Amino acid sequence: MKFIKFLLVGVVFGIVLTKSEAVSWYRIYEMFHFQSFHMFGIIMTAIGVGAIGIQLMKKTKAKDITGQPIVIPDKAKGFKNYIIGGTLFGLGWGLVGTCPGPMYILVGAGYWAIGIVLLGALVGTYLYGVLKDKLPH
Amino acid sequence: MYSFYGTWPWYISGLLIGIIMLSLIYFGKTFGMSSNLRTMCSAFGAGKKVEFFRFDWKTQRWNLVVVLGAMLGGYIATTYLSDGSGVQLNPQTITELKQMDIDAPKGKLLPDALVGAEALKSPKILAILLMGGVLVGFGTRYAGGCTSGHAITGLSNLQLPSLIAVIGFFIGGLIMSWLLLPLIF
Repeated sequence: MKFIKFLLVGVVFGIVLTKSEAVSWYRIYEMFHFQSFHMFGIIMTAIGVGAIGIQLMKKTKAKDITGQPIVIPDKAKGFKNYIIGGTLFGLGWGLVGTCPGPMYILVGAGYWAIGIVLLGALVGTYLYGVLKDKLPH
Repeated sequence: MYSFYGTWPWYISGLLIGIIMLSLIYFGKTFGMSSNLRTMCSAFGAGKKVEFFRFDWKTQRWNLVVVLGAMLGGYIATTYLSDGSGVQLNPQTITELKQMDIDAPKGKLLPDALVGAEALKSPKILAILLMGGVLVGFGTRYAGGCTSGHAITGLSNLQLPSLIAVIGFFIGGLIMSWLLLPLIF
């Protein structure tokens, strides 16, 4: 039963990203060509809502559902891994138009071809695991 | 102007995505979709050979359940909540795409040039899909997150590393979209 809430979060996430077309290859192309405000509006609104919510949680020392204090771990310091990894991800995102969330959503929506992208993403993740210690971080 | 069965406006979508992220924090977790790829590698036994996948993936089952829900959500949205009006693009975008022989949306989320039955017979298209996936999988793990983990969660939490990663996302996306796509298609 404890998984039901996560299933619901996922369902809402899938519906929202599909209905706002953030899963669409076209929307990603349009975003990178600055031909519509749509995607920027989605991302900036989400960040605005998120930032206000997180600040409120920190100010009120909010507790999570189990009564534990909410702690959002800071990202590790670094530069090379973020800029190189980010750029590689951006190249893939611009090419196939799917970041990791939309991959699953599109497969669920019946776009089976995106299963190939998902397979590629698993291969890419595995390759990173293999090469991790040889890469600049 | 907006309809429930048509394209949802950006402010509704952004608001709901923000709430989704906050809900996961309230549930004691964090919003991050690319982590599931690592979890799946681990669940498939990659930990036997590679140290990076040697962790108790079962602690991440909740996130796989989010993925399952997301797939279900994608199905529900396209099957029951769609009037087929689909993606309304800037006419300029459609003209540019046409020059690369990429078809206009006409109610579809993805171009036939990439995922249509004809396209999937082409080894070149299959290679594009696979390579795109490899870049997404490798890049997100190298950067430690994707749009959900860095752009939404990280920037909301004012994390400098996330800003660097997001700048990377756009460097890569702009290079691909402006320079490489016209050469590839």
